[in-house]
Amino acid sequence: MSVLYVNGQRVEVPAGASVAAAIAQVTADFRRSVSGESRAPLCGMGICFECRVSIDGVAHRRSCMTPAEDGMQVQTDSGRLDRHAP
Amino acid sequence: MSSRCYDLIVIGAGIIGTSCADAAAAEGLRVAIVEPGPIGGGSTAAAMGHLVAMDDDPAELALTRYSLHEWELFASLPEAEFSRCGTLWVARNEAEARVIPARIARLGAAKVEAHAIDTQNLYELEPALAPGLYGGLLVPREAVVYPPRMALYLAQRAQSNGATLYAGRSASKLGHAAGTDQVLLDDGTQLSGPTLVATGCALPTLLPQLPMRARKGHLLITERYPGVLHHQLLELGYADSAHGDADSSVAFNVQPRPTGQILIGSSREFSATDSAVSPAMVRRMLERAFDFMPSLRQLQALRTWTGFRPTTPDGRPYLGAVPGQNKLWVAAGHEGLGVTTALGSARLMLDLLLGRTPAIDPAPYAPSRVIA
Repeated sequence: MSVLYVNGQRVEVPAGASVAAAIAQVTADFRRSVSGESRAPLCGMGICFECRVSIDGVAHRRSCMTPAEDGMQVQTDSGRLDRHAP
Repeated sequence: MSSRCYDLIVIGAGIIGTSCADAAAAEGLRVAIVEPGPIGGGSTAAAMGHLVAMDDDPAELALTRYSLHEWELFASLPEAEFSRCGTLWVARNEAEARVIPARIARLGAAKVEAHAIDTQNLYELEPALAPGLYGGLLVPREAVVYPPRMALYLAQRAQSNGATLYAGRSASKLGHAAGTDQVLLDDGTQLSGPTLVATGCALPTLLPQLPMRARKGHLLITERYPGVLHHQLLELGYADSAHGDADSSVAFNVQPRPTGQILIGSSREFSATDSAVSPAMVRRMLERAFDFMPSLRQLQALRTWTGFRPTTPDGRPYLGAVPGQNKLWVAAGHEGLGVTTALGSARLMLDLLLGRTPAIDPAPYAPSRVIA
């Protein structure tokens, strides 16, 4: 098992699972388009770029292509928006 | 063959042509616009869209100031994507900062607000700048816009005021040298009337007597990184690159788009005539940007492209009557300042066309200066 954090929430996934699989346990709202629409993985193989999130402070990483690792801090756009909401 | 009569035929629908067409249609003139490609699809689409006062030439500053005042009318127009990020000129050392008081004085004389920025203030304004820089010059009211969308808006507003767009058509022959006012389009359509050529880099096709060189530039845009960059940043030595005569040069020039994307420039080349992206030039341009802002290295680029600045021998645009021709006018050659100065150029052209006294002295821009 790997233990990581999605928008601050503790998530467990089997070893070898993608970060996208971990995020899916928390939210379907991976990123926001420039006009604010909710986006989520479409292809699951690194082509569509719709699964991009911030991982350990690095923005625009494709979560479907990134294996989950212990202690990762993952931030989705929705998590960021919610946290900053008034 | 009968020809269609207009009060003004504008050839070219970049930011200059559409500004002129819009101003003319707003005055009630019957306007035709001739454009073979997309509206704002040439230099206008490639441009950064930075509304900036360059103060090293008094004539250029006068036109810029006049034009920036007109741009304020569009500050809340969605199509303009106007974002008042301000311009921060960065000095690496005390020697570079020595020009700041003189620049503040010149800008101040033109009613452009500007402040000197000390080292501490510099990093408060832009924390991502490289350590060891000295200070800067902040011009807080300057802004960025999205030029091709603005050109489209102006063309559509001209049309709603009665202008006719000849889309997909080019002007193949002008009769003005022979004393007529006929414009022959490539499909055989005949137009007649006073004619304004605003074809930028393509000027020599119709007016080979007016020298024009295309000065190539590269730009790169990143993914969205909101909060990384707050102002349009330029190195204080930028004017040396912009106005120098070196065959190729690069300068640190980065812009925060309203989306959080970052535009990274800039390069200038006279001898490169093809529009292909040069990896060597992009690398040189980026190394310059990384010197000033190392964290840009971590960002993902989305796209790079090139464009061509229409450049006259003295760096000033041609605005006025074409000597020795009947009712033929030109507005072209704004180099890297066409977006900034488009609206003022259009006002100036309309005043000249209608025989009024322009708000600023038109003499520095008269095309007659290059024709003996």
